[in-house]
Amino acid sequence: MADLTQHPGRVNDIQASYMAQVGRKRLYSGITMLVFVLLMISGFNLASSRNGGSFWGGIDNFFDYPSEVVAEAASKAAEMPAHFATYFPALLETVNIAAVATLIGALMAIVLSLLSTRGLARFPRLIGLFRRVMDITRAVPEIVVALILIFVLGGGPVPAMIAIAIHTAGALGKLFSEVNENASLKPLEGLESVGANWTQRMLLGVVPQVAPNWLSYALLRFEINIRASAILGFVGAGGLGYELKVAIQWGQGRFDEAGAMFIMLFLTIVFFDQISSHYRDKLVHGAKGKE
Amino acid sequence: MTMLDATQDLRAQTESIFRRKRLFTFAIPAVILAYLTYIFFAFDVPGLWARANADNARSLVSDLYSYKTHVTRDNRSGNVSVAIEGEKKGRYPEGTAPAWVELGETTVIDLEDGHIITYGPKLITYDVPDFGLMTFEVSRSRGVVADYPVDVLPEWINASKNRVAITTEAGRLSITRNRTEVFRYFTGWELFFFTLDSPYHGMGFGELAGKFVSGEAGAILSDIWNNKMWRHKDVVWAIFETVLMAFLGTMGAALLALPLAFLAARNFAPLVAVRFATRRFFDFVRGVDALIWTIVLTRAFGLGPLTGALAILITDTGSFGKLFSETLENVDDKQIEGIRSTGAKPLQRYRFGVIPQITPVLLSQILYYLESNTRSATVIGAITGGGIGLLLTQAIITQKDWEEVTYYITLIVLVVIFMDWVSGHLRRRLIKGDESGH
Repeated sequence: MADLTQHPGRVNDIQASYMAQVGRKRLYSGITMLVFVLLMISGFNLASSRNGGSFWGGIDNFFDYPSEVVAEAASKAAEMPAHFATYFPALLETVNIAAVATLIGALMAIVLSLLSTRGLARFPRLIGLFRRVMDITRAVPEIVVALILIFVLGGGPVPAMIAIAIHTAGALGKLFSEVNENASLKPLEGLESVGANWTQRMLLGVVPQVAPNWLSYALLRFEINIRASAILGFVGAGGLGYELKVAIQWGQGRFDEAGAMFIMLFLTIVFFDQISSHYRDKLVHGAKGKE
Repeated sequence: MTMLDATQDLRAQTESIFRRKRLFTFAIPAVILAYLTYIFFAFDVPGLWARANADNARSLVSDLYSYKTHVTRDNRSGNVSVAIEGEKKGRYPEGTAPAWVELGETTVIDLEDGHIITYGPKLITYDVPDFGLMTFEVSRSRGVVADYPVDVLPEWINASKNRVAITTEAGRLSITRNRTEVFRYFTGWELFFFTLDSPYHGMGFGELAGKFVSGEAGAILSDIWNNKMWRHKDVVWAIFETVLMAFLGTMGAALLALPLAFLAARNFAPLVAVRFATRRFFDFVRGVDALIWTIVLTRAFGLGPLTGALAILITDTGSFGKLFSETLENVDDKQIEGIRSTGAKPLQRYRFGVIPQITPVLLSQILYYLESNTRSATVIGAITGGGIGLLLTQAIITQKDWEEVTYYITLIVLVVIFMDWVSGHLRRRLIKGDESGH
């Protein structure tokens, strides 16, 4: 400090080089921002030009459709409870598709993740292979598998279920194996010393350590899968999505049914969203409490 | 977790804990099994095998790695045409044919391994080795008149009065009153690079490479790019549109969500009412779901990539808002205090005290969503009619171009893996950069 005040020239040097650095940094971030803004604007214009209707032409009509639906639903408000009852089985199917797919996908993910974590893998040489399997199952969009299976198996919930399960296996497998990496290897050594085989080591040594985190990720996935299951229904895989498509294609006159389904889907998603975030909080905090 | 009470009988307590634990370990699999049994019947899995269409599956799988060339004769006019996959785009020009078809008054089709089919002026013959010569005559009044070398027909010949279909390992012959058709199967994807009208069709790789170097590169690439059968140009555009949808949607959502997140964070929004309203807004847009937004937006903006981008944008504004506001609530106050002690105004405090803390976390979340939205954009594109999702659903609905479906799926998987790789790479760099900065 004292040194600096005695050499005002050096202070100026330092200040000058600091300001130069700041200037350069500002220039770089400025250029990055500019490129980003240009990308956004040109991308937006491009998308708008390839669209059926333009953005500015459509923005005024944004509330037309919702207000039509709301108006018709309001005028037939008395029939709403009946619609809820009619479409409840379809909603149940949508939720069931998501639940089974999450369950099966999570079980596959557990196996895949254990096989692809360093230190735990049954066949260490095949770690790379199992990782690629997860990458690919994660990358294939559900709609692809669903549409192909619909062609072979016919419509219904099973194609959607398989499609979502496959994607879930890859997505959860990656998250699970990240959790596994943090598991302590000491219980495994203990189990190995008493002659436990691989399955026993995993079940008794690893699963108790990682189960809360696995469960928390699986709950989050379940919530995502409900949305996916509704969308797949829309392309022909049954459930509420399919009923919604039929009602929407019918157009005016069945807007009250579409409205009822919108409400049901919304409430279901919010319901499971709240439940899953509540339990995830509990699981994660419970795990923290133990430490 | 359960504490043992030392004053009581330890053995009894331990046993009761063990019992509970054992019950638990059996109860959970039992519940799962019961649920799966319920689903097994609710989804009608036993009926699935009855509904499953094995022919569809077979044609799908064989179409994935092979294609067929049709040699068709119109029985009335006698015209013979050769077309790959029977499509107009794959038809050989009038009077030309591949080497194994010899056009003339009598057309001779060599299916190799001794299988020879001829289309004569009057008779159609099929010579199958180790079986004999079959002759057919098509007449207006009597249908298809056939002459077989055996009395009892083997099961690979399917004959009725007006129709004969013969399937051998070399190919297929089908004769009806109106037309005679031979299908010969080849392994591979047909005309992937050049269609028949391109001068480069059928050239070897060496020859092509020679032409490529000697100044015909533009013509060669343009022939590939404009391939009518595979439409490489449209496919690349569609992939680009899908990525564009994901990019616009994710970035737009992030830009909208950032200022709103400040209103929803406990430590930045002093007014409870504002906080509550913003949070419920996030819950609402997230809860309405991309599907419903897609439907509503399609009505307003029509079909296309913009609609898809907006659907992603609106849904993700809710997700980002929630994530960002949680990040903001975990911000360290010390840095803000430090900035404040230098006399900084509120906006400056945000800029220098808050933004540097949250940038790495935010960017990493945005990148993660960008990758996952590339996949969502395929699905949304199938509904809003933009990008590769549209091409994919169209190809699947026609139920015959499975090789194109494979092509699109491969491209989608490659793009998604690429985005995954880029986003993972950037996220690791961000986190590392963050550590070195401290």
